[in-house]
Amino acid sequence: MSSNVTTLDTKAATVTGKDRYKAGVLEYRRMGYWEPDYQPKDTDVIALFRVTPQDGVDPVEAAAAVAGESSTATWTVVWTDRLTACEKYRAKCFRVDPVPNSPGQYFAHIAYDLDLFEPGSIANLTASIIGNVFGFKPLKALRLEDMRLPVAYVKTFDGPPTGIVVERERLDKFGRPLLGATVKPKLGLSGRNYGRVVYEALKGGLDFTKDDENINSQPFMHWRDRYLYCMEAVNRAQAVTGEVKGTYLNVTAATMEDMYERAEFARSLGSVIVMIDLVIGYTAIQSMSKWARRNDMILHLHRAGHGTYTRQKTHGVSFRVIAKWMRLAGVDHIHAGTVVGKLEGDPRTTRGYYDICREDTVPQNLANGVFFDQHWASLRKVMPVASGGIHAGQMHQLLDHLGEDVVLQFGGGTIGHPMGIQAGATANRVALEAMILARNEGRDTLTEGPEILAAAARHCQPLRQALDVWKDVTFDYASTDTPDFVPAVTAAS
Amino acid sequence: MRITQGCFSFLPDLTDRQIAAQVQYCIDRGWAVNIEFTDDPHPRNTYWEMWDLPMFDIRDAAAVMTELASCRKVHGDRYIRISGFDASHGWESVRISFLVNRPPEEPGFHLERQEAEGRSIRYTTRLLPSAAP
Repeated sequence: MSSNVTTLDTKAATVTGKDRYKAGVLEYRRMGYWEPDYQPKDTDVIALFRVTPQDGVDPVEAAAAVAGESSTATWTVVWTDRLTACEKYRAKCFRVDPVPNSPGQYFAHIAYDLDLFEPGSIANLTASIIGNVFGFKPLKALRLEDMRLPVAYVKTFDGPPTGIVVERERLDKFGRPLLGATVKPKLGLSGRNYGRVVYEALKGGLDFTKDDENINSQPFMHWRDRYLYCMEAVNRAQAVTGEVKGTYLNVTAATMEDMYERAEFARSLGSVIVMIDLVIGYTAIQSMSKWARRNDMILHLHRAGHGTYTRQKTHGVSFRVIAKWMRLAGVDHIHAGTVVGKLEGDPRTTRGYYDICREDTVPQNLANGVFFDQHWASLRKVMPVASGGIHAGQMHQLLDHLGEDVVLQFGGGTIGHPMGIQAGATANRVALEAMILARNEGRDTLTEGPEILAAAARHCQPLRQALDVWKDVTFDYASTDTPDFVPAVTAAS
Repeated sequence: MRITQGCFSFLPDLTDRQIAAQVQYCIDRGWAVNIEFTDDPHPRNTYWEMWDLPMFDIRDAAAVMTELASCRKVHGDRYIRISGFDASHGWESVRISFLVNRPPEEPGFHLERQEAEGRSIRYTTRLLPSAAP
């Protein structure tokens, strides 16, 4: 790692003995929150923060303050520390590095003893780690970049109620990404018209349709009406295709009681899946996860709202941390980026998110923004969902970037098809199957992709039309959230 | 109707050469290859009849294609599917599944509705009787 900025003063030593508890104010780095010799235990939770101190604030003191304010400290010395095994409970910053090519920013590694956290509670974990400290005055900005969650802590969570493998078994769909579409327009359709979109899309070849994040129970469509019409559409589509179909019924509502009522109704109608929004909060998500587990229900999470705190590089919480929390909290699907679509998503950073969702062991990979080895101890896997501005003409790139265990959601790319929704769905399904067939035959789909699609379009008019309409649509903007470490480049021979 | 279960149902029916390539893909990954058949393609019918045991230790797709030919000889008027099974830890399930044979005429399904309380409907998907004698 290059240290192109300042030399850090890392020598401050913890004050011990009588002087440590003299009334008054002591620097955090002298209170025991800066321990450069500390060896993190296998059971410690480790957090990596990007710290941007205010001008004139020493980076090590700022990092120690983050450790202090996210664990036991307050602004002054308190004698009541001495009634506790306080050295154990203090979070310890043990490493501070300048961020490559970002003057004024530092990566702080902080270790937390497992006893600081209630088992199985995201609310408790986050109340410590992001509770007070993000508003701390001596910091200009603070970002939680990554966390190492020890197996001992992972094991206190149930994780996803269904997981990728069981979801595939339950749906009887193997060997290819699943296909979905969000019903559009997202607001305004009546229940009856909404169900029409669901039926056409599922009959045309999609596996799932989806409520959008803000479709709950509005004047134009009561939730019960939507559920009834959607399940008519799902069952009709199953009968005409012989395939299991689903529609994510959004149960997001004002109270847990309302959400349980809606989820129960979805279950009674035979839905295989329900959905919630991230904005319902961590505790509500964990409650719905337990409900889903009791009721054999796939639980889809729409990450509504995350962009407010995940997108900017200097302040907030990285989405890779949110993805880790959500795998613990227990959701089966999570929107994790498309790379090529309309929403934020650097390829390597997105790859890091996908690995966090799908792998049992995720090794450190700085070029992908993954700072720690993470062992999930067989916690079930979360199916990532790619949604937002993608279309059939990108199928080879999507498969290359995102792999096989993913839900590809073409909303506009299904419903906006010139020949209608069913044709749009068929175009996507044919493009996908043709690409999987070719990949399995050993062809280089990334380079031959356009040819493979053109060949498949010869027996499929809807695909031909889709490729025609959207052939030039790309969303080529610079990402704001990119890795800080570039992979080593070897000179081309 | 044409049921669209499996990985490749939206493509024209696979040729034997194409099937062999997919089988080889499974073998190269160390997956066991299984041939199953049924006359009941209900979407919730999980357990199709197995044409012998899954083939665990084969190196060449030709062995599977020979078995498929024998299965077709007996059950050519039914649905036949091939699946690849991955026994590695963390998966231990099917990795790919696709149809390799359909009856000459696919009867399809009828959707029965039983009206229940509060406008709810209980749905039953029923296989239509085959037109063939």
